[in-house]
Amino acid sequence: MSNTKQYIVKRFVYLLATMFAVSVVIFGLANALPGNVARTILGSYATEDKVNALEAQLGLNDPLYVQYLDWLHGVLTLNLGNSIKYGQPITELVIPKLLNSLQLAGVTMVIVVTIGIALGVVSAVKHNGRVDSVISTFVYAGVSIPEFVTGLLLILLLGGPVFSVFPASGYVSPFESVVGWGTHMFLPALTLSIVLMTHVVRQTRSEMVEALNSEYADAARLKGLSRQKVIIKHALRNSLLPTITVIALNFGYLMGGLVVVEELFAYPGIGRLVVGAIRNRDLPLIQAAVLVIAFTYTFGNFLADILYTRLNPQIDYS
Amino acid sequence: MIPDNRLTKPTRTNRFYRLHRVADRLRWFTKNDKILYPSVVISVIMVVSVLGPYISPFDPTATHPTETYLAPNAKYLFGTDHIGRDLLSRVLIGGRSTLLLGVGSTALAMTFGVPIGLLAGIKGGYIDEAIMRVMDVIMSFPTLLLALILLTSLPSNVWTAMLAVGVVFIPKISRVVRSSTLEVKNEEYVEAARVRGESDGYIMFYEVLPNIIPPIAVESTIRVGYAIIIGASLSFLGLGAQPPAPDWGYMIAQSQNHIWQTPWFLIWPALFLGLTIFSFNVLGDGLRDELDPKVTGDQV
Repeated sequence: MSNTKQYIVKRFVYLLATMFAVSVVIFGLANALPGNVARTILGSYATEDKVNALEAQLGLNDPLYVQYLDWLHGVLTLNLGNSIKYGQPITELVIPKLLNSLQLAGVTMVIVVTIGIALGVVSAVKHNGRVDSVISTFVYAGVSIPEFVTGLLLILLLGGPVFSVFPASGYVSPFESVVGWGTHMFLPALTLSIVLMTHVVRQTRSEMVEALNSEYADAARLKGLSRQKVIIKHALRNSLLPTITVIALNFGYLMGGLVVVEELFAYPGIGRLVVGAIRNRDLPLIQAAVLVIAFTYTFGNFLADILYTRLNPQIDYS
Repeated sequence: MIPDNRLTKPTRTNRFYRLHRVADRLRWFTKNDKILYPSVVISVIMVVSVLGPYISPFDPTATHPTETYLAPNAKYLFGTDHIGRDLLSRVLIGGRSTLLLGVGSTALAMTFGVPIGLLAGIKGGYIDEAIMRVMDVIMSFPTLLLALILLTSLPSNVWTAMLAVGVVFIPKISRVVRSSTLEVKNEEYVEAARVRGESDGYIMFYEVLPNIIPPIAVESTIRVGYAIIIGASLSFLGLGAQPPAPDWGYMIAQSQNHIWQTPWFLIWPALFLGLTIFSFNVLGDGLRDELDPKVTGDQV
């Protein structure tokens, strides 16, 4: 057990080191931008004197490492200054958007887990049958179609005049209307879930096929247990560990997919915030939003690793 | 103990022994559907893209203002878009930038990723540790996001998009190459080369590389599929191909505001984009089946 703890501590230190490195990379890349922040803020008609004065005020003439430390201090104290474009404090812009994105990610995960595992089980039970090949084709197609295409096809199918069940854009707070929240969430979440679902289906299927052909499954059948009991209680329970790992590892992928899907569905999340900030060359906002996504991503991977060690006691920690 | 004959410098035939075996296998590749069919589809798409300007019925950027939003008909086989451009002509030529981006960025990623992976694998120790930690940091960003950040400081066009996607994929390629290198670095032929006193560079490129071609082939094929997805997504976000270029990703992005007037605007480029990526995925899978490399690529 102390071995596990040691591993977790080591992994946590590694997480912090990664986050530090990530912050350096983001700061470096953002400062490689050719644009002049002071000029962007003041507009192209400002006099050279005014630009210089603002640069001094923002600390842009300091050496880079001083600027980095200032910024890092801002990150740690959640005080990142104002967005150039919106003039609002960045923290106020980023946090609500992040919460919206996490809701979308959560709903997506629920869809991925329930439908993905169910399809994987069905596929394994009907191994090599017609249903299995239909599901396999779907899996292949799922990884081959970019999210914005799936999203548009779903809008075409479910968002329009034919079946106008689901709105194709926007977001409604669950405190305002739970139904509105659900319907607005449905299309983007479904779009995001398709690629991830294919991984889950594939993983569950191969684990289940193996489990159903195992000796303990035979033993359970010989005991006279019903088909359902063998499938769910015996085979599925033993197939879930690798599937859970796949799901956890894919959380990071989800954070990347958010950018495109939020833009497509005009969903007010962190991904859309980044795209907007990049279009407006809103440097401080780009830095902050990208940092938040990258942190969430590395933290997700960290949790996946920990979860895996917790669930699989046989793992070698070295 | 290493037999004496292994200590002599290998002849050309010996050195490329594994490559010959790969060529032998090529002959029965045609027996595997997962290799045959996608290869045919990819070849057809490539030929059509190259011949595009010569076989397309209309100028892909010419507008026909009186014939907008048309469904497929005798004059415009695929229909027309919102400003009356012929969708067939645009789709035929649109494959160029898509394939260029997919293949070009993968080639770029391999140019840097393969030597980096070989170096990390052969040197080991601190050099390996340092290289892989840097790669880990690059991989701490979602792929598409990193490409986006790289593009903020560059002008938006197909070439910069290719550059960004290529850079983003370097760590993924180098990881696969590194672990393949680790698998073969203790083989007898590598040891023999060491005993002969060959340099690390020689061992990397003449002993190890020819023997890890199969996993690299699988990885790069799958990478092309992912590169096309990311490139198309960048075009969709307005950071890749620019108007009025006929690019599938860009066409799909444009169709967003017009799908109610004509779904064909979306369906044709989506169909061809999907088919292309699908073919690369199936081909990668088929190659994996045939070559059976132990190392497999990770996800996007």
